[in-house]
Amino acid sequence: MSVTRRTLLSAGAAIGTLLVVRPSYAEAGDLPSAIKAFTNGAPVQRGRVKLDIAPLVENGNTVPITVHVTSPMSATDHVLAITVLNEKNPQRDVITCRLGPRSGRADISARIRLATSQQLVAIAQMSDGSFWSDTVDVIVTLAACIETP
Amino acid sequence: MARALITMPKTAKRGEIVEIRTLIAHPMETGYRAGDDGQLVPRDLIRRFSCRYDGELVFSAELFPAVAANPYITFCTLATASGTLQFSWEGDRGFSQTENVVLTVT
Repeated sequence: MSVTRRTLLSAGAAIGTLLVVRPSYAEAGDLPSAIKAFTNGAPVQRGRVKLDIAPLVENGNTVPITVHVTSPMSATDHVLAITVLNEKNPQRDVITCRLGPRSGRADISARIRLATSQQLVAIAQMSDGSFWSDTVDVIVTLAACIETP
Repeated sequence: MARALITMPKTAKRGEIVEIRTLIAHPMETGYRAGDDGQLVPRDLIRRFSCRYDGELVFSAELFPAVAANPYITFCTLATASGTLQFSWEGDRGFSQTENVVLTVT
């Protein structure tokens, strides 16, 4: 069979499809169950938390994120913990920080890895037992975890 | 010893909020990545970071594979009294490192 332009193009398309297929990681649960594990089933309200991340990520290997929680950070009313969860990395947890009244301000930042375009959730646990969250969708063009950096 | 960088003011007024930025050299190998031989590279992570202000725990963090290599973490603390801030990182393969920084409160 001679190699025609048509067969060459379809072969190229087939290779493209193969590359898109990512290995699945069966061990990690879904995002709602990860949220439930952190909150122990308590209801999560929207607001008070601001998760700052670039909406378009060019390199998933180091993505700067900042989480700010509106709180007086007094002895009676402060943030106990902040966690960041993801939707599609091999594991749901990203980072969990524990704070207290001596933090002064509930402001943290870190650099994380993102395997693919997905949703990120930041949840704050307050000293009164309530949970607040912020959700952000990000587009990742170069994935972490799968490609070698 | 891994190279660690801690950026924070040397002095602060009492009651002032001090921003602390920390960075440590570490590969944070996830255990999901294949090496050149096709085998998975074994997991090697920093699992825990903590900051003690004169012995009192003021900040701690649990790190997971999704934290980028050379973990960079920033947080804030209230300047209460002159003292030593002790930063420690603990991880796989017995990784443990502690750095001390003196903060003078006026």
